[in-house]
Amino acid sequence: MATIYIDGRAVEARNGENLLQACLEAGTDLPYFCWHPELGSVGACRQCAVKQFQNADDKRGRIVMACMTPATEGAIISVDDPEAKEFRGEVVEWLMTNHPHDCPVCEEGGECHLQDMTVMTGHRERRFKFDKRTHKNQDLGPLVKHEMNRCIACYRCVRFYRDYAGGEDLGVFAQHNNVYFGRYESGTLESTFSGNLVEVCPTGVFTDKPFSKVYSRKWDMRGAPSVCQHCSVGCNTILNERAGKVRRTLNRYNEDVNRYFLCDRGRYGNGFVNAPSRLRSAGYVMDGQMTPVPVAQALEQFAAFAKDGPIVGIGSGRASIESNYALRRFVGADNFSTGWAEPLHGAVTRAVDILRTTSARVMPLHEMESADCVLVLGEDVAATAPRLSLALFQTRRTACNKLADKNRLPHWLDAPVRTLGSDLKAPIHVVTPAPTDMDVSATQALRALPDDIARLGFAIANRIDGAAPAVSDLTEEETARATALADALLVAEKPVIVSGTQYASTALLDAAANIAAALVTQGKAAGLTLVLPEANSFGVATMGGLSLDAVCERAQAGQVGTLVVMEADLTRQLDASAFDTLVRSVRHLVVIDHSVTPTAERGELVVPATAFSECGGTMISMEGRAQRFLQVVYPEAPLQVSWRWVRDFAHASGHEGVLDWETLDQAVAATAAGVPAFARIVEAAPKADYELEGEHIRSQTHRVSGRTAIRANISVRDIPPPTSPDTPLKSDMEGTYTTDMPATLIPFYQVPGWNSVQSLNKFQQEIGGELRGGDVGVRVIGERGTAGYAGVAPARMALRENEVLLLPEYRAFGTGETSMWSDPIKARATEAVIRVGGDAPVARVSIQIGAEVFDVPAVNDPALPLGVALCPPHMVARSYEAPCWVTLRTISAEAAA
Amino acid sequence: MPDVIDADLVETILDMAHHDVLPRGACIEAMKIVQDRYGWICDRHLKQIADLLGMSLADIDGVATYYNLIFRQPVGENVIMLCDSVSCWVMGTDGVREKLCRKLGVKMGQTTEDGKFTLLPIVCLGHCDHAPAMLINKEIYGPVRPEDIDGIIEAHREKTS
Amino acid sequence: MSYTAKDPEKRPLLALVDQASPPDVAAYERGGGFRGLRRVLAGMSPAEVVEEVQKSKLRGRGGAGFNTGLKWSFVPKETQKQRKKYIVANGDEMEPGTFKDRMLVEGNPLQLIEGMIIAAYAIQATHGVIFLRGEYHLGLERLKIAVEQAKAAGFLGTKILGADFDFELIVHPSGGRYICGEETALITALEGRRANPRTKPPFPQVSGLWGLPTVVNNIETFSNVPHILANGIDWYLGLSACDDGGTKLYGISGRARRPGVYELPLGTRMGVLLEECAGGMQDGYKLRAFLPGGASTAFLGAEHADIVMDYATPEKAGSRLGTGLAILLDDRASPIGMIRNLEHFFAQESCGFCTPCRDGLPWVEKLLIEIDEGRGTPDDIARLEDAARLIGPMGRTFCAHAPGAIAPLASGLKLFREDFERLVAQGRPSEGASPAQGHAA
Ligand SMILES: Cc1cc2nc3c(=O)[nH]c(=O)nc-3n(C[C@H](O)[C@H](O)[C@H](O)COP(=O)(O)O)c2cc1C
Ligand code: SF4
Ligand code: FES
Repeated sequence: MATIYIDGRAVEARNGENLLQACLEAGTDLPYFCWHPELGSVGACRQCAVKQFQNADDKRGRIVMACMTPATEGAIISVDDPEAKEFRGEVVEWLMTNHPHDCPVCEEGGECHLQDMTVMTGHRERRFKFDKRTHKNQDLGPLVKHEMNRCIACYRCVRFYRDYAGGEDLGVFAQHNNVYFGRYESGTLESTFSGNLVEVCPTGVFTDKPFSKVYSRKWDMRGAPSVCQHCSVGCNTILNERAGKVRRTLNRYNEDVNRYFLCDRGRYGNGFVNAPSRLRSAGYVMDGQMTPVPVAQALEQFAAFAKDGPIVGIGSGRASIESNYALRRFVGADNFSTGWAEPLHGAVTRAVDILRTTSARVMPLHEMESADCVLVLGEDVAATAPRLSLALFQTRRTACNKLADKNRLPHWLDAPVRTLGSDLKAPIHVVTPAPTDMDVSATQALRALPDDIARLGFAIANRIDGAAPAVSDLTEEETARATALADALLVAEKPVIVSGTQYASTALLDAAANIAAALVTQGKAAGLTLVLPEANSFGVATMGGLSLDAVCERAQAGQVGTLVVMEADLTRQLDASAFDTLVRSVRHLVVIDHSVTPTAERGELVVPATAFSECGGTMISMEGRAQRFLQVVYPEAPLQVSWRWVRDFAHASGHEGVLDWETLDQAVAATAAGVPAFARIVEAAPKADYELEGEHIRSQTHRVSGRTAIRANISVRDIPPPTSPDTPLKSDMEGTYTTDMPATLIPFYQVPGWNSVQSLNKFQQEIGGELRGGDVGVRVIGERGTAGYAGVAPARMALRENEVLLLPEYRAFGTGETSMWSDPIKARATEAVIRVGGDAPVARVSIQIGAEVFDVPAVNDPALPLGVALCPPHMVARSYEAPCWVTLRTISAEAAA
Repeated sequence: MPDVIDADLVETILDMAHHDVLPRGACIEAMKIVQDRYGWICDRHLKQIADLLGMSLADIDGVATYYNLIFRQPVGENVIMLCDSVSCWVMGTDGVREKLCRKLGVKMGQTTEDGKFTLLPIVCLGHCDHAPAMLINKEIYGPVRPEDIDGIIEAHREKTS
Repeated sequence: MSYTAKDPEKRPLLALVDQASPPDVAAYERGGGFRGLRRVLAGMSPAEVVEEVQKSKLRGRGGAGFNTGLKWSFVPKETQKQRKKYIVANGDEMEPGTFKDRMLVEGNPLQLIEGMIIAAYAIQATHGVIFLRGEYHLGLERLKIAVEQAKAAGFLGTKILGADFDFELIVHPSGGRYICGEETALITALEGRRANPRTKPPFPQVSGLWGLPTVVNNIETFSNVPHILANGIDWYLGLSACDDGGTKLYGISGRARRPGVYELPLGTRMGVLLEECAGGMQDGYKLRAFLPGGASTAFLGAEHADIVMDYATPEKAGSRLGTGLAILLDDRASPIGMIRNLEHFFAQESCGFCTPCRDGLPWVEKLLIEIDEGRGTPDDIARLEDAARLIGPMGRTFCAHAPGAIAPLASGLKLFREDFERLVAQGRPSEGASPAQGHAA
């Protein structure tokens, strides 16, 4: 700690931070643009000028940029100094010379950092009497809008996009006051993280394109803290709602997980909640046609079904643990299925088992950023957990920071630190069957088939610790690879192993776990991360249940009366004939879901569940972090959360007493009590009766407009604001809102004078540190387990003569289930193309998967061995998930022509 | 202009790239030697240089558009750069400019219809002792008087016809 | 004329300069070339070289005037084997009114090369780059030939003159932007990037090109080095007419009879330069004011026409020695027009990185156009004064480009106050020598 003096006030500053951070942390409003807490300082905008004095006798002082000046012990500065103030006012005036006065039509209006800073500096009068320079805008694709005339050239966009996220297709062009930020030519931004530009840009140059179609001012929208539903990372988000519709998704700061940034699947994937694919009433389905029925009738019907024999329930990794637990409780643990078919079921179960018991540290994303060696073993992280790949990419920065330490440069001094490491690669070693987006930034990218990767992993573990299971008949090449990788991990102080369930390979997971455990025996602070298939896979696997295969067997044996499928589409797990057999062999199929899936289309009785925006619940991320999402939309009946449907089914079928939950709090408490592993989930967020300063927290701003008019097309009568027993947030603007609110309840970021997302600094205890309102989520796993080594190395994967090994090629856009009901993501998804190994040009392939034959466009990929092909899951064959052997006929480019 | 950069230039570029810490270190010179041969940097060539040096198009075009001497648009057979900086201004570059524009029938920054001349302003050419100064291709002129322009232009017209 | 006669004793820098045909290695050696380098490699330690240069009081000739030996001494003391290091010659020379480095590279490139080799040895640099203005086609050609010759004669490459010292030298022609002359921007340009300046610290001597220790010096600075090492400190100090060492390439442009570059003792009076070297003003023109050392120095009025052109005196008078090449404003040219021309240059050459320079200077230029063309108001003058006050002091902008831009404006606002006010009051375009008329005269 260093004591510094801001306008005569003694303030404690953290060691090594800069004056801008120190001022903000001290609660002093100091305007800035180019500085960003995660991107550091570059001194471009000159907005954060303060006066610094040499000592107490120095009365003249010198203007310095706070963001570029270290907060050293005894530093004396003045923010209020007239000269500094005048200069800051002038900086805004300069910026405004070319900035259009289009705030009324600008989507940043009302949450614009430039507006805030303009008001803060007091620049009011326009004295620039000349023409503004103008730019042409570009079409940047379906996610981000571009209005270059609003640019104030703070360089944040390129610093985020290129330096922080490794994107290549956004740049700075031209010179002097004509600098242009955009692409080489119009076209879709390629980065999976492009949506962050919307929040990174302090003005309205980059805005949220889908949001612009349903635009509303920030102050007119309700907000609620939520959790991303599109992968197992569990990024924290804020959902905004107006007039019953979710309008957009914003990043919500979670120190340990996503911090300042989301991936585009998370930001734009939530459109499914408003999509036509939503199921909005209960109904009977006959020959694919649904006939709506009143809820009472649906429940009666269920009661009738229940008499026809045993009920089996299928849970889902995309439903909350409360809903899953409700179903399991209703049907009984023996009749509950995870919803995964083998081998995925086994793989996820094993993965979660490993995560719960490993002696390595299951690291939150932020902790992994400071790893000095990362081994990615058989998982295309950039596709299956995009935000994780962004975190791993930061290991490169950590390497730069180490050089900075040697040169005694503070880490926030961005440009020199980057320059020091300009030829550094990220200390990442990728071993995957196919190329991944991480390869370019990685130290090395090796290719091998899944079982061979597992063998390599076992061999690495064994090299690190002889007690780990050995691999027999290693080739020289395998030995060399294993030795090199083991050595790289061993010289690291903080090695991290990353793998996942993409290839549904238990052996691969064992291998990863063994390496991590072996590193621990060598005294390393090793980390282990396993990517899981869905947002709540951890929760479901922890509860455990039957595989889908087991359910199918039972059904075929005539042991299933009613099959209740909750928030799952079995056609993504079972091929067409298996699914058909299952549906035919159960007496009744009941589906609870928020959207009309192919499974729902086959259901006999279908009931509409709320989407995550319309209810509350808990999800457990891949690092065992239980996080609560709260409702932001107040849905109309008959929509209700899945666990309420389960409860109603239970009651209707005479199972009173099994499930008497009325509120989310009761559901959470019962789940915590029923599954010992979940005991702590009650701490994940305050209960619905939570009050701060004697009041509930409001989820609308004080300025919200049109509260009665908004329903005028339905009725002009004033109706009371909607209520819900499941959320501690009040649906209207009555109530309290402070920067000290529990972190899990923050519905939006805004403080007086700070209307943009930059106001976040007021909610943090220190910049980039913990929120004032405490932790976000609770870990349901202990610090460290004691598990030993497990598994045996598989045999070398032998390719076959007449069959091709089809491997899943996950995509950030396209292979996700719910995100693909969202228009912007659909627009970003590219066509399903099969990539076939070998050098011969290919135009199409026809593949037989199970009994079905698919005729699909294809290209050849010389990086893949002959006899292997890649196929995006669910985009060609709906069910196809795991590696499988298929017959594949190629149609050459010539033949196609 | 050929679709692809001549092989000898490619070789030179790769050689330069090889000798730098990062290949990108060669990008400015690469663009300049390509421009030297073909007059300007067309999109196709830019892409090819970017690929040779492992840079993205956005990256290399950001560099190209930063510098005054890298042309991303076609220029005439002769590029006339007339100094517009202070010493030349004091010594009458404005009069020379007027004369040049009239003679060529173009404004500053434009190319004559016959594609023979492009007229560009340039900052101080380091020829202030012979102001006003002018550079035509690689030849320096100065002091240039308005009445010299006809002769100079005609001489160049002949050379390139 | 005694001021231009070849005289290796009094005017070492230009002694061998021959713009028609520069000396080749043999001629250069005949004229005393490579004596300095031979002495260095025959037994001096790198530290001794640094010390000698430091004691010679050679100050940077690129504008900032930092003691050259001292600058070199900041480079981490590692041998060639331990770390790659760079020595870079700054031959960007885009500062309007400056034309001395061109003369040195065109007229005697080997002198520069020898200076760089000595400097490389002093800091144990392995690699050298001559960054040359892109428009200097002749200079580039001659430098390339000279580098080849020096290589062939064993002055570049490995085991130079049999010593345990290797040095590789290349020439980089600039893509063309004034900011490339700023040393950190120059380094950025050499990395194939947009040449925006970089923060200091870290200083280039510690972390420069590609993050490696790098020394950047002006071409004239390097050209002094061989003479210091060949003839000794005392000789070098004796060349000067002031406390600092050596001669200086001075120059005059504008309405003088004989504009040009002259090598004279450092600390020569302006009167000597203008009257004796440049032959005084042209007939019919009187000196009104001058920029003593390039476009980014402040105007000095005619009352300073005999000022001592050392580092300290112009500074006391409110300006800077800068590059030492003065630009004259005569009584028939419009001072407002001249400032307008200068600010056009600075606004256009702003790299666009920091706000005051990127957005402030174009505003300044627009105001000057307004006033120059007779549409100005008293308010416009006030705005110009605001800009001068707010952008001028060091530290407000990211680099020294903008303060340099403000120097002629701020001084001009004081010196030519009446002209500004008259123009605004008249509401007519500025008269007197608009440049076209200048020629008609
Ligand atoms: C905008 C700007 C332009 C500059 N241009 C040049 C230049 O063209 N040549 C030069 O030698 N120094 C130039 N300098 C000064 C350099 O930054 C640096 O101080 C100099 O090259 C150091 O060499 P010296 O110590 O030998 O003078 C410029 C500085 C600034 C701020
Ligand atoms: S003052 Fe700022 S904008 Fe101007 S050249 Fe320097 S860094 Fe660039
Ligand atoms: S925030 Fe400090 S200069 Fe931009």
